Amino acid sequence: MADYFSSIVLAAILGGALRFLLLRSDYRQYPTYPHGYVSHLALGFIAAALGAVALPALLEQEYVAVTFLSLAAQQFRDIRSMERETLTKLDARELVPRGEHYIEGIARTFEARNYLVMGCTLIISATDLWLLRECSPWLRGCGLLLTALLLYMAVRNVMEGKRVEHLATIRPGKIIFKGANVFVDDIHFMNLGLDEAKAEFLKKGMGVVLEPKDIDASATLANIGQRQAIAHICAKLLGIYKDVDTPEFTPLVRRDVKTGRLGLLIIPATRDWDALLDAVKRVPVLEGSISRPSRSKAGRKRGDYEHQSQ
Amino acid sequence: MSTSLNKVVLATIVLPHSKDLVLSGGAGPVFVAANKEEQQRLALYMSRITEGVVHDLENGVLVVVKH
Repeated sequence: MADYFSSIVLAAILGGALRFLLLRSDYRQYPTYPHGYVSHLALGFIAAALGAVALPALLEQEYVAVTFLSLAAQQFRDIRSMERETLTKLDARELVPRGEHYIEGIARTFEARNYLVMGCTLIISATDLWLLRECSPWLRGCGLLLTALLLYMAVRNVMEGKRVEHLATIRPGKIIFKGANVFVDDIHFMNLGLDEAKAEFLKKGMGVVLEPKDIDASATLANIGQRQAIAHICAKLLGIYKDVDTPEFTPLVRRDVKTGRLGLLIIPATRDWDALLDAVKRVPVLEGSISRPSRSKAGRKRGDYEHQSQ
Repeated sequence: MSTSLNKVVLATIVLPHSKDLVLSGGAGPVFVAANKEEQQRLALYMSRITEGVVHDLENGVLVVVKH
């Protein structure tokens, strides 16, 4: 195994670096604290080390080591439950919660990224063993770095899921009161009894209408978890204008049952249309909420599907 | 974890002319306000106290419900 030492170390370092690059605080607003980073980086490096050891172990016919690999992979399953548990606990104290669907999506991503790192390190180590091992150190380093970079870009593009802008056309809507009921365009939201609250909504509120592009988008956006994710992200990115004793200012996403359109009603801390529309557009489509009725025979027979495809 | 009553009418605030519209037997107290301003003020206080939302039944009756 000593022959492979440099190869294992190099692949493990590059794999660990990959995990670091994938672990950026983005629209999920998580992880936000150093300990979160540390625990994920540590597990990422372990995943990278496992990926780096796999091929040399096989080449040396150390089959026991390969068996250990599968045993270690089992450990990464715990990441999902660990993330789920932490985020669920934190969510209870959020003014606008993420919702279980979104948390499940984040937890799944964290688990999957470790497997991705393991796979990428395996590719890096294979490149090193078969192509670059005999080259000069300088060329070997550059070659491996390039491989890692290409893998990073591939992973980033492939794993980038759809966003709400791919499913719906998004436009500003007008907030209207009919008696005590508040609407965005013609989508009903709620009944508000306080004159003070009505005045706030008329002065500071913003409404957005999301029109699904097809029946699949309509089914996906109808999901309550997906709608909660939209409300959460908009509130997080534009600032929250509410406290525990003003629940009427909670951002809401309601559905027009006749057309499948969604409406978002929010009072953000900053009233900026560009920022709000951009926030809605970039909300990730949650894996758990995706529905594709058009992939089924019955779905394609629907009147609204035929109407769409014309 | 805190426990609370959700989707239940926690308080009702009525104007004098509509107090006969509310019968006893429901949940929460019924407050009779002297006029519209007082009704709004009582509703605001009750919503802040109970962390509920004020809804208007548009017949002189306001209810506070926690969601």
